[in-house]
This record gives sequence, structure tokens and C-alpha cells, in this order.
Amino acid sequence: MLKPIVNLRALSGSYSHLTYCIYLLAFSGGFVIMSLELLGGRILAPFFGADIYVWGSIITIFMLSLSFGYLFGGRLSVRNPSVRGFAGIFLAGAVFLVPLIFFGQNIMEWVFAYIEDPRYGSLVASSILFIVPTVILGMISPYSVRLLVKNTHQSGQVAGRLYFVSTLGSAIGTLGTSFYFILWFEMNTILTLLTMVLLIMSGIAFFAQRFAGTQVEP
Amino acid sequence: MIGSRIRALLACAVIALTASAQAEIIYRDQSLYQTILVDQRGSVLCLQFSVRQDQRNQSCVDQRNPRKMVFGYTQMIMAALLLNPEPESILMIGLGGGTIAVALAELFPQASIEVVEIDPAVDEVARRYFGFQENEHINVTIQDGRVFTKRAGLKGKKYDLIILDAFNGDYIPEHLMTREYLEETKALLTSNGVIAANTFAISDLYDHESATYAAVFGQFFNLRRADTSNRVIFASEMPLPSVYVMAARAKDLEESLKPYGVPIKTYPRAMLEPAKWDKDARVLTDQYSPANLLNQK
Repeated sequence: MLKPIVNLRALSGSYSHLTYCIYLLAFSGGFVIMSLELLGGRILAPFFGADIYVWGSIITIFMLSLSFGYLFGGRLSVRNPSVRGFAGIFLAGAVFLVPLIFFGQNIMEWVFAYIEDPRYGSLVASSILFIVPTVILGMISPYSVRLLVKNTHQSGQVAGRLYFVSTLGSAIGTLGTSFYFILWFEMNTILTLLTMVLLIMSGIAFFAQRFAGTQVEP
Repeated sequence: MIGSRIRALLACAVIALTASAQAEIIYRDQSLYQTILVDQRGSVLCLQFSVRQDQRNQSCVDQRNPRKMVFGYTQMIMAALLLNPEPESILMIGLGGGTIAVALAELFPQASIEVVEIDPAVDEVARRYFGFQENEHINVTIQDGRVFTKRAGLKGKKYDLIILDAFNGDYIPEHLMTREYLEETKALLTSNGVIAANTFAISDLYDHESATYAAVFGQFFNLRRADTSNRVIFASEMPLPSVYVMAARAKDLEESLKPYGVPIKTYPRAMLEPAKWDKDARVLTDQYSPANLLNQK
């Protein structure tokens, strides 16, 4: 038997509030990842073009970062998993999005000056810009599975639901960004909004337990 | 009598045949970037970048009179010579059928012409069907226009004439329509350098684009003709020439431009028609450049 983080003996009402909270957090994580990925193409375009290899660089870096994020998130969930720890992931995600807003241009100028071939230029630039925040955001999924799984019997179902909400978040993040956000906002505004979403989610996770009134088993 | 009637009938038949002659697609290629079509109607070959029927042609050439510029906008771009009659170094972003590059090379045999085209398939079709070729004066670089421009800026390159012709009407490379891009392009101009940009005359984009050019260059000439949906913007680091200066230059250029069918004498006055646009339109920047979405409206 796995030890449930969200205590089964807690009141069913508060218990489900916390569960919903975690689903919401997983949804937001998926949303931010894909919104960021789509913005990536536009961030790199002035320096490396909008060619297919620029998208190749971005998708490669995102996939690679997410895969390691899953690995680290799973590893992290083994030791003292808690909803507060979950809040920490979102906080870190928010913090590491900030350099993108303030230093993105300088980093790309630097890469552009040193690497002539736009394929490798875009690959290096997207590595520097996106690896850290995307690895962190990748940790959300496995960690949320650990928070919600109560026994082996249900684990597949819980994981399935979590994939469902986080991928749904990704779909909506993709659509919202490409159809509307870029028409309404400047890119840095969208990045700031994504940072704020992560901060708010971090706050929700941090306080969720208190409001839900459940205990965490170590 | 009878002979002349038969001749008249024949003439009618020929006209009818020519009019009904279906454009025949003689070349089709799906490149990484676009669908490339070449169609032939009589002796006229046209290059298209779309399969949509309503799409205008990108570049046409009449094989019986290959110098003549069939298209309004290619003719209009030649009006850049009214601002700088003797460009020695020319940069073209976007090759199209190569008509403009070929004409400029003929007109200015000593000028160096740098062409930047993203799609190698366009380069190939221009060589195969439109008489375009590289030589010691014309050099083609297969690259994204923005990347080339930025790199050229770092290298300190300068040009007397820069022609922006990278939009094929279907899809706009949005990073080539921002304030930052125009600033980078402007930095490549010599002290009497001129920029000629083939742009859009319809949709919301007209306003945004005008606002963006105004933000970078201040004043610009706005050439529009009734027969095309294009407009060509002309801007310079120098103060724009007066209509008298342009009329005098047009007179000098008239003879040499005649084989290309460029109605240069009509341009000086047309250039002065003010570009009216919605002054509230947002400037397009690297931060805000939804050009394709704006083009839908």
C-alpha cells in the first residue's frame, strides 16, 4: 500500500477540495508549458528566423527538458512529498521565467554573435532560455501523481486523470496563445502573466492544505 | 473583299482563342515553405505561390518580350530610382521570379546585387523559367531575411537600395514586419540609401504597417495604383525629394525604363498622394506582431 498524501480519513468534502486543487495545478502547469513553447518561436524569430529548424530546436529542448523534469519530479516525490513541496515547484517555475523577460534579448544577441548557423544558434539559445523553467514545469506531473495516488489499484486511474487535465491545459494554452494572446498582448506581457499564474498556483498550493483542513502524512 | 473578311474573321478567332486560353500549369512544386506554381497563358509565364484561385500572381514574364514587367507592383518598385537614380549596391529581400533583380542588373551593370531568398525552390524556378541567373554582380543567399539583415548589420554592410519583397500575400513572415526589423534594415542604408517595400493595400494590416513605417522613417512615399492590391512604400534617411526633382529624374530615366514598360513619368505625382491610415493603429514590434491575424480582418 502506498501512503496517501491526502489523507483518506479526512472529511470527504475538504478532501475533494484539495484533490480539485491539485488537478487545477496540474492543468495550469500544462497550460504554461505549451504557452511558453509557442512564445518560444516568436522570441527566437528575430534572431534565427521562423524556419522549421527553429521549431525543431524549441520542440527538442522542450521535450528533452520535460523528460528530465519527469525524472526529477518523480525522484523528488519519493522523499517527503507534500502539497507545500508542490507549491515550491510552482514558485521555482515562476522565478526561472523571470530571466527570460529581462535577459532574453541579451542572451540571444550573445548567441547570435558567436554562432553563425541559425540551426545551432536557435538550439543553443533555446537551451539557455528554456531548459531550466521547462525542467521545473516537467516536475509537476509526476509529483501530482504521487500526491493523489492512494493505492496501486487506483494509481492508473489517477495518473490517467492527471494526464487528462494537464494535457487539456496544454491544449488550451496552445490555442489561447496562438489565437488570442498574441493579438491582445505584447510577448513580455504574456510571459509576465504566465509567471503570475505560476505564482498564484504556488500560493494556492501553499495555503490549500490549511483551508482544506487535511493532514499530511509524512 | 473576301480576303479581308476572312482575315477579320481569323483575327476574331485568334482573339477569342487567346482570351479563352486556359492558363496551363507547367510546373508545380511543394517546397518547405509554399506551393510554387508556374502557369502559362499564351506566351506569358506566371509564378504563383498559392493554389488559391483568387491569389494574384507573384511574378510574370512575357516570353515574346521578356524585359517588359507585366506586373504593376514590380513596375512600381522601380520608382525607387526617383529617390536614388544610381544605386551601386542593392539588397533584395525576397527573389520572386527574379524580374526585378534582372532588370536592375541590366540597368546598372556595375551595381552589386545581393538577393536573399529563404526558399531554394524559388531560386530554382526563377532560374529555370524566368531567366534569372547569378553572376559576378548578382549573388543569391538562401537565408531568412531577418537573419541576413541582422548579420549584415554586425558586419557593417551598407546598401544604396534595399527592396523588401518577402510577402507573397498568403502568409506573412511576421518577424519581417516589425519596427525592430525596419530599424535593422534602415541601419544598412548608405547616407543616400533608399528602401522600397512591397506591402499590403488592403485589410487592417495597412494601418498597422503604415504606423510602423512612420515610427521608423517618419515621412514616406506611398505608391498605390488602381490595378493592383499592392502598395509600395519608399523611405530614405535623406529628406524625401520634391516632385520637381523626381519629375526631372523620371524624364532622365524614361528612355532606359521604356523596355520594361515602367510608366515612370506617372509616378512622381502619384508618390505624393498621402497615405491615409488609422493613426490609432498599433505599431508592430517584435513584442507585438500578429500580422497574419490582422491580415484576416
